[in-house]
This record gives sequence, structure tokens and C-alpha cells, in this order.
Amino acid sequence: MADDLKSGRIVVVGASLAGLRAAEKLREEGFTGSLTVVGDEPHVPYDRPPLSKQVLLGQATADTTELPVRRNADAEWRLGVRATGVDLTAKRVLLADGESLPYDRLLITTGTRARPWPNPEEAGLAGVFTLRTREDAAGLSERLSAGPERVLVIGAGFTGSEIASACRERGLEVTVAERGPAPLVGALGGTLSKLAAVMHRNHGVDLRTGVTVTALNGNGAFTGAQLSDGSRVEADVCVVALGAVRNVEWLADSGLAADPRGIACDAGCRAFNMYGIVTDDVFVAGDVSRFPHPLFGYQMLSLEHWGNAVEQAEVAAHNMVNPGPLRRPHLAVPVFWSTQFGLNIKSVGVPTYSDHLVIAQGSLEARRLAMVYGFKGRVTAAVTVDMAKSLDYYRHLIETGAPFPPPPGAADRPIAADVPVPSDVPDPSVLSHGPTVALTGHLPDRRLTVV
Amino acid sequence: MRTVVDLTRCQGYAQCVFLAPEMFELHGEEGLLYATAVPDDQVERVRQAAAACPVQAILLGEEVSPDGR
Ligand SMILES: Cc1cc2nc3c(=O)[nH]c(=O)nc-3n(C[C@H](O)[C@H](O)[C@H](O)COP(=O)(O)OP(=O)(O)OC[C@H]3O[C@@H](n4cnc5c(N)ncnc54)[C@H](O)[C@@H]3O)c2cc1C
Ligand code: SF4
Repeated sequence: MADDLKSGRIVVVGASLAGLRAAEKLREEGFTGSLTVVGDEPHVPYDRPPLSKQVLLGQATADTTELPVRRNADAEWRLGVRATGVDLTAKRVLLADGESLPYDRLLITTGTRARPWPNPEEAGLAGVFTLRTREDAAGLSERLSAGPERVLVIGAGFTGSEIASACRERGLEVTVAERGPAPLVGALGGTLSKLAAVMHRNHGVDLRTGVTVTALNGNGAFTGAQLSDGSRVEADVCVVALGAVRNVEWLADSGLAADPRGIACDAGCRAFNMYGIVTDDVFVAGDVSRFPHPLFGYQMLSLEHWGNAVEQAEVAAHNMVNPGPLRRPHLAVPVFWSTQFGLNIKSVGVPTYSDHLVIAQGSLEARRLAMVYGFKGRVTAAVTVDMAKSLDYYRHLIETGAPFPPPPGAADRPIAADVPVPSDVPDPSVLSHGPTVALTGHLPDRRLTVV
Repeated sequence: MRTVVDLTRCQGYAQCVFLAPEMFELHGEEGLLYATAVPDDQVERVRQAAAACPVQAILLGEEVSPDGR
């Protein structure tokens, strides 16, 4: 049985970060069978985080972010071909070119795509962009190099904020429109979002919060936008940063538990079918997955985190080629980073799974701090701003379910004296951008379902 | 050659910046920006930076070659 698992046919659908790391790990685990990776983008796996950072800053071009490989995965790369469905009974992946690939085990890593502007005609205006792919980044950075009069960024989540930051660094005028009360509020809660708003404004961003963009104007080319408060923004470039949509449509008829929140899987990355019964030959990893996490009340987490894609891909690959008792759970505590306006923001745990927080080190005024989040008296997350070295300490508190507020430890002052304040995590439906961590279950005392 | 830094692990120790200043740069206090494409004459320096990184966050390698399998 164990030997069988090291051979046979494995198909991976989605040729990006999770797909590549899984392919490498399969070989590292001794898989000697045939390995095929299908990807609809015509590129070998490339890295996305630099697209909103180095590439927009003009320090790297969009065609140089391919991911370095760790080992030769000895795979057949079917690039530029979409998977259009999967037949779970016949164990075949159907491809857009009419072919079908038989598999013994299947891994789904189809990730997400940028949520488009809802009006297709307006979205089609020249100068209107989203940012997810290499092509998006190449097009946007070319427009930024041409020196536009003003850039309008719709949505102040991580991606929107990084785009605004890059534009300011290049000396471009930027307006940011956000439906919520402040940038990053959906991911980090009220307190840090106040710092984020200050950073935007100090760097010269024209930040408009509590407003929605009601229409994009232009005759062929984008010329400006209408806001819900009756004002108008004149701009010649618009970046729609409204969050991500999970690439699950191709699985609509598959019988898998795939819906707009992702593909549900167990802690071992095995996909559930639509009856909630776990499969044993279909695995899921990366941004497209939704998985239960014991540290967060076994709620299903959807993460759009680079580190999660890597860790989960490795667990999935391990479990695809090892028998039951040797399988591992995906229990890594989520970690995320973002650099914007010269600040290094890192989070560990799930900040939205919280009711209170304390500033454990540093201060908002110093723009250097560590903030600890708690839920029902237990530490569930921490966010550091320019204090990355403290992150491991807080990860340990989360992993061990330490009491909240935490006792002084890495803290540089006695935090017991601090009064925890409400974490002020909003209902995601009031934000322009989607949250990058979504809890997709229900808390007894609060609704956190993402629609 | 390409490089990627696992910024979930990076703690901003800046050894890489010291060893390969043309490839790695701190942006603000501890936000790391790195060159994704590594020219031949920088490969050795990046290799040294990768070896020196206290959290082993730097990966240097070739990209996938789709035909060479
Ligand atoms: C601009 C930007 C900045 C980011 N910055 C950060 C950051 O600072 N920190 C951080 O932690 N994370 C960041 N991320 C998120 C990070 O890049 C993702 O978490 C990561 O890419 C997830 O990898 P994945 O392999 O799961 O999915 P993806 O990278 O989304 O890859 C999925 C692949 O599958 C393909 N695919 C989809 N459907 C099909 C189909 N039917 N058939 C074949 N192929 C298909 C897609 O085209 C894509 O190539 C950023 C993302 C973007 C876009
Ligand atoms: S040496 Fe490693 S930890 Fe330090 S800045 Fe460079 S990548 Fe980050």
C-alpha cells in the first residue's frame, strides 16, 4: 500500500506557488510515478508579491519574478491550458483543448483571481487595471512610468495600500477610495487601521474613506470616477483592488465542496465532496482552499497568504504519498507580511478572530509596535510594525493558547497595566476590498460569514 | 538565476544587504526589497547571502524549464 502511493499518476491543477512547491515536495517524498502540472497561464510558476512592490517601484520587471526551483520536480508542465472539469468517478481531469488526463491522485491549487470591477463596460476603459498576474503588473507599471496625472485606487486592503504606496514613492498623485472607515481595517481591526490612515495621509495620499465609487467615466479611456458622496475624482489611471475571487467555477459540476469561499478540505488537505464526505484522492492547497484550524475554533479558514500556500502544499504533497497513520495535519499558524509606506507589517494568527487587543510593545506614535489580539481570554493573533523579530514570541503564545492579555515577556513594558480595547473588527461586507483572511464559519456572538 | 525571499520568515537581520548590496535593500527600518533576477556576476554574492541568512529565508535557483521537464 505505502509503495503504491509512491508510484502511479498524480495531476496538479494550478501552476503557481502552491502547485510548484507541491510538485517538488512529492519528489522529495519519494514519488516516482508520473507527475503532470496543468496551468492556464502561459508562464512557468512566478511569484506574485513582488508585482505590487518591486515591479511597481520600477526595481524589477514583471517578467523576472519566476520562482526559483528547489529541486527538479521532473514533471510534465501543461502550461496555457485550462482545466474545465473533473470526473471524480472516472478519475480524469478535463482540459479545455479536449484532452483528459487520468489520475490516481489529484491536487487542486487553482488559487484566486482579482475581483473585477462589476461593470464590464467601465472595466474595459483604457487605463483601468486589476493586479494579480504578470500581465496586469507589466501593463500597470508601464502606465505608471508614463507619468499619469493621478491614479485612483479603489479599495484600501493590503494590495490597494501597497499600490498607493508605490505610486507615492514614484511621485505620482494618488486618490484611494475605501468603503470602510480606514485602510486595512478588515484585516487588522480598528486600532492599526488608524495608523494606516495616518501613513497614507502623511505620504500625501488623498484618502477618502466611507465612500464607494459609483461609476468609472471615460470615452474609451478612463478620465475619472464618481463617488457616493457626490464628488468626482479626475484621474487617468484606475486600479481596482477589491480583493480576490476563488477559481472554483471549473469545479461546479464536479461534486466537490467548491463554492465562492473556496474548496473545503480537512486538516490533511483532503477535499470534501458536496455531501461533506471527505475524499481520499483529491487534495487542495493554497489560496483556493478552506480548511479547519483547531487554534481558531475549528472554523474554516480561507487565507490569501504566501506562506500558507507553501506550507499547505507541502502537507498536501506529503499526505498524497503516505498512508493514513503517517499523514500530517496542516496546523501552521498563519503568517502574513506587507511592506507599505516604508513600514514592515507582519501578522501572525488570525487578527479577525478577536474581541480585544493590547499594544504590547512600542506605540502607534513611534510607528513601531507589537499588538496582541485576544478572543475570549486567549491570545489569537499579533501584528508587528517594524518589530518582526518579536513575531516568533507571539506565535508561541498563540500556539500554546496563552491567556489574554498576555503576561509581560517580550514586552518592553508591563502590559498588564494596559487596558485592552475592543479589536473593532468590522463585518467584511462593509469593506471595499475582501479580507485576506476570512473565517467562513459562525461565531456564536458575531457574524463573520463572507458573502 | 532567480531569487525569492520567504518574507514570512525574514526578520530583517540585513546580513543579505551587507553581503549583496546590489541585490538586497532595506526599505524603511526592516522591509526587505530584493532583485528577483540575479545577473551572473551577482550569483556568488547571493549564494553567500543565502548561506548567511540566520533564518534561511533566501532561495536562489533556476526557474522551471517547461520543456526540459
Ligand atoms: C499583487 C499581489 C501581492 C501579494 N503580496 C503578498 C504579500 O505581501 N504577502 C503574502 O503573504 N501574500 C501576498 N500575496 C498573495 C500570494 O501571492 C498568494 O497567497 C499566492 O500566490 C497563492 O498561491 P497559489 O498557488 O495558492 O495560488 P495562485 O498564485 O493564485 O495560483 C493559482 C494558479 O492556478 C491557475 N488556474 C486557475 N484556474 C485554473 C484552471 N481551471 N486550470 C488551470 N489553471 C488554473 C491560475 O491562473 C494561477 O496561475 C500577493 C498577491 C498578489 C496578487
Ligand atoms: S539576511 Fe535573511 S533575515 Fe536578514 S534581511 Fe536578509 S533575508 Fe531577511
